[in-house]
Amino acid sequence: MTQQYEKAAAAVPLLDVRDLHVEFRTRDGVAKAVNGVSYSVRAGETLAVLGESGSGKSVTAQAVMGILDSPPGRITGGEVLFRGQDLLTMGAEARRRIRGAKLSMIFQDALSALNPVMSVGAQLGEMFSVHDGMTRKDSRDKAVQLMERVRIPAAAERAGDYPHQFSGGMRQRIMIAMALALEPDLVIADEPTTALDVTVQAQIMDLLAELQREYNMGLILITHDLGVVADVADRIAVMYAGRIVETASVHELYAAPAHPYTVGLLGSIPRLDHKGKELYAIKGLPPSLTDIPAGCPFNPRCPRAQAICRTDRPPLFDVAPGRASACHFWKETLDDAG
Amino acid sequence: MADATKQAEQAGQAGAPGQREPILQVRNLVKHFPLTQGLLFKKQVGAVKAVDGISFDLYQGETLGIVGESGCGKSTVAKLLMTLETATSGEVFYKGQDITKLSGRALKAVRRNIQMVFQDPYTSLNPRMTVGDIIGEPFEIHPEVAPKGDRRKRVQELLDVVGLNPEYVNRYPHQFSGGQRQRIGIARGLALNPEIIICDEPVSALDVSVQAQVINLMERLQDEFNLSYLFIAHDLSIVRHISDRVGVMYLGKMAEIGTDTQIYDYPTHPYTQALLSAVPVPDPEAREGRERIILTGDVPSPANPPSGCRFRTRCWKAEDKCAEEMPLLAVPSLYEGEDTPAAHESACHFAEVKQVVGAA
Repeated sequence: MTQQYEKAAAAVPLLDVRDLHVEFRTRDGVAKAVNGVSYSVRAGETLAVLGESGSGKSVTAQAVMGILDSPPGRITGGEVLFRGQDLLTMGAEARRRIRGAKLSMIFQDALSALNPVMSVGAQLGEMFSVHDGMTRKDSRDKAVQLMERVRIPAAAERAGDYPHQFSGGMRQRIMIAMALALEPDLVIADEPTTALDVTVQAQIMDLLAELQREYNMGLILITHDLGVVADVADRIAVMYAGRIVETASVHELYAAPAHPYTVGLLGSIPRLDHKGKELYAIKGLPPSLTDIPAGCPFNPRCPRAQAICRTDRPPLFDVAPGRASACHFWKETLDDAG
Repeated sequence: MADATKQAEQAGQAGAPGQREPILQVRNLVKHFPLTQGLLFKKQVGAVKAVDGISFDLYQGETLGIVGESGCGKSTVAKLLMTLETATSGEVFYKGQDITKLSGRALKAVRRNIQMVFQDPYTSLNPRMTVGDIIGEPFEIHPEVAPKGDRRKRVQELLDVVGLNPEYVNRYPHQFSGGQRQRIGIARGLALNPEIIICDEPVSALDVSVQAQVINLMERLQDEFNLSYLFIAHDLSIVRHISDRVGVMYLGKMAEIGTDTQIYDYPTHPYTQALLSAVPVPDPEAREGRERIILTGDVPSPANPPSGCRFRTRCWKAEDKCAEEMPLLAVPSLYEGEDTPAAHESACHFAEVKQVVGAA
């Protein structure tokens, strides 16, 4: 693990998101989905972005990929630097060339992400004919190779099949094949295994980790599953109401969380290895994005909240090298956890 | 006090399940969905064997968890117990009475005591009805439970019991969050004071922080009203947390059944072992040390299940015997008569304990 860290630290970040802001215009007013998110990923590194629904984890990824629905969505500030180039100010054509070839995405629901009226072989082959200008025959051969690479049995025969003819796990493999077709530098996986059964989830996460090592890709894993994160991630960014509330290495975070929200999340999941007592439940609900509380957005649900939390928005305080928490009382939280 | 009784029951039951009278006994339950061909003259060309001979008991005040992957038939079991589907064969005894044979008034009376909480809090509540009408609707069918004048008060009590503001009776489902809607679903399930609640994936659509709230609520209600839960879920950690006993299903069959300790700490069926080892544990320190059993392939189609043991096509222990002979759900001969947690029912010819979930 440490070795991997030193290697990663030496490299320049592949992706550097700086102070990103995204809003949606809705009937109920402006929903502030992402409010100043910054994170970076290096080659070979896995960053897990953890959060509940509405935390802004997927919207951030969509803004990075340039697939945000706009309108109603709008990027209102920030930079997305890919190898030092700002993707947000880049022309559409230049950006399209990066997307797919250098930067690609794996979606949660493979059935709706794949084209239902095109055979999977043709969909995979399209990647090569569009980006590399390959002939139909060559791109078809490449497609079959890719399907073999993600271990789809009888790939040559199945290349002519349509997405609905595959099982959920096999479809997810095809999604992965498509995302990795052009050997991108960075892959964003948005809940890649949430719709799958555990035994299939284990197969897919294994495959993803193997391919990541092989190509030395950076991986952003967007998920709400604390178990999956503990299994594969190097670093974690925990999001709440469109902000990162804590970032740390995966070992530090699970050993001693420095934000009350993270403490609550870890306490609220039942464990497989022992029965446990009553679960710790975070009271209340996540805030509406059109009406985020003043001060710390977590203050109405926080057991530690004081007067200052209701008035002053906590910045990300440095807790330790490479570790930060957006809580006025991070020290106390950390002390209690440790 | 409620806690103490529950613990006593649990202890008694782990020792000798035969001593207590089960509230629900399921025997050789089978549900085959016919596959037909032709438009005008439909002929049956096969059957999807969704549930293919399942037996288990549910005791008063306990939670029996049923786990398994999609397509294993766990939701069909729920529908059969609710008599929403007609069983192809087999029996379900509720207090000694076979409910699969009942109809009309007798069935209606039994249904009052067996209620259900559904998975999806968005589609299981009628969007055009107010919360008060949704929770109060069971009283229309069973007016004996709450006389007409009392209903509104009773609905408000139920809202209070599940932790919602009783003043919300006139609101519509869309005005509530997912977790609150699931509370409404639970209140509706409780309305008729049932003895058994069948919960089909009741928390899998909810966020983690809200999930914990709903699970705590369900545990509290169980103690308060001495409910029996049949808790169907695919999340093995949640099932362990809430269940007294657990049954593992695979392709329409029960693979293994026992107390939570027996199943999680001493699994003897290879499928249970693979399933448990595949669950990610929220502990990064454990990731290097854990042994993972990665199964190959997908679950076979229930329309054409493998001969003999259904799991043999994905099993690393499979031998010729497994293709020829269907293993029965029984205490493995290896552990028969022994006083060990390994001595619980498992449907495998080569059943043997393998601990896969870090030492307990």
